[in-house]
Amino acid sequence: MIPLLRRDLMLATRAGGGFGLALVFFLIVIVLVPFGVGPETDILSRIAPGILWVAALLAALLSLDRIFALDHEDGTLTLIATAPVPLETVAVAKSLVHWITTGLPLTIAAPFLGVLLQLDPAGFAAVAGSLLLGTPALSVIGTFGAALTVGVRRGGLLLSLLVLPLYVPTLIFGAEVARRGVAELELTTPLLMLAGITAGAVALLPFATAAVLRMNLR
Amino acid sequence: MPDLGKYAAEVLLAYGVSLFILIGIVVLSWRQSQRTKRDLDAAEAQCNG
Amino acid sequence: MWEYANPKRFMGWTAPVLPWAFGLSAVCLTIGLIWGFFFTPVDFRQGSTVKIIYLHVPSALMAINAWVMMLMASLIWLVRRHHVSALAAKAAAPVGVAMTLIALATGAIWGQPMWGTYWAWDPRLTSFLILFLFYLGYMALWAAIEDPDTAADLTSVLCIVGSVFAFLSRYAVNFWNQGLHQGASLSLDKEKNVADVFYQPLLFAIGGFVILFFALVLLRTRTEIRKRRIGALQRREG
Repeated sequence: MIPLLRRDLMLATRAGGGFGLALVFFLIVIVLVPFGVGPETDILSRIAPGILWVAALLAALLSLDRIFALDHEDGTLTLIATAPVPLETVAVAKSLVHWITTGLPLTIAAPFLGVLLQLDPAGFAAVAGSLLLGTPALSVIGTFGAALTVGVRRGGLLLSLLVLPLYVPTLIFGAEVARRGVAELELTTPLLMLAGITAGAVALLPFATAAVLRMNLR
Repeated sequence: MPDLGKYAAEVLLAYGVSLFILIGIVVLSWRQSQRTKRDLDAAEAQCNG
Repeated sequence: MWEYANPKRFMGWTAPVLPWAFGLSAVCLTIGLIWGFFFTPVDFRQGSTVKIIYLHVPSALMAINAWVMMLMASLIWLVRRHHVSALAAKAAAPVGVAMTLIALATGAIWGQPMWGTYWAWDPRLTSFLILFLFYLGYMALWAAIEDPDTAADLTSVLCIVGSVFAFLSRYAVNFWNQGLHQGASLSLDKEKNVADVFYQPLLFAIGGFVILFFALVLLRTRTEIRKRRIGALQRREG
């Protein structure tokens, strides 16, 4: 698993690997929002947690089709599948690399971009914390979607269509944690639900991903 | 025709839209069924003949 | 029981059943809707919009049941590899979409005079919208994959995973909306508030929708089996 992880990380960070693209996309969406809704400070600061969450979700979506597509095209995926590593481990490694290259940078960048949206400084911890807890679920669910569409040529749009409905619960609880954190309300319940979804998705979905990969490589 | 009161437009619209969708799915399924039946007959004739 | 799922046997027993199923559903729907539309009193609060219930409740019921049926058919396909089962799931999806659309449309039309808006982000409405998205994704995946067995496998897994997430969404949405407005939900508690006068025609309408769904799934499954046969013949030729 470790060599696979190292290889994928290296591929992602090299030129043309697309690392940082998600981050730039995140920045652009955040910049565009005030143009769309107007520059009033109170409106912006009220919608900031939700916008940050939706933008992070879209940025994570952007890089999903790279997870398996390139490896599938040049045949690496078939080699990996025949290697003495269970496909479940491969699925976990792929999700982890996706999270390290998109989820983690997005989490770190979110409070800084929140400044642009007049996010209340009291809410920085809640926004970053909810993203830290929620983005692993986004990566794992996305890896499942990428595995489903690996055999489809130009499957990017289909991938979004499949994955976005699956993102709904994570988004609802994640944004709720962020919103309550900003408003300094009690946030234990949504926090626990978010943690539960992430834990459940990380624990179970790699099996579904591996099963789907096997079906696709048959 | 029953007296629908001030909501007549809404009620009729709801029935209209629903019946349209219901009839639509039935007609669509029926036509697909007929077309595949024809295609299958043609394919089988070609195979045997 | 499983032998009825053999494609040849399936084609055999469904051919005579089909006209009866369509006829029976037409009878039930006609009785239920005409009774409901012409011969029920208006509600003192909702006025005549109460008549929309005869379309809204059965279609909403079938929208969920269609998904449940697809889930069971997917599980049967994954466990027992019955081709008819996978094709029945595929056949049910567009019918489920139609039911969801009717439920959403009638709900919106009813909502305008009653709630003062076509759309409220009420938990029930939102859940149906999400269910609609799940149906679209499921059908898109079927359409995108060429090999029929792989498509059946992948859509089955998607259906199972999607069911879990749809279930989660239902609770998440409930929580989310309460998080926004405390207190009363706009939705009427239909089970408790329906009086007998409205209830009897409603039963006919529900029966009609159930049988119609059954008949449509049979018809569409027959189409899918024939399509599969055409594909097999063409492969043998070419």
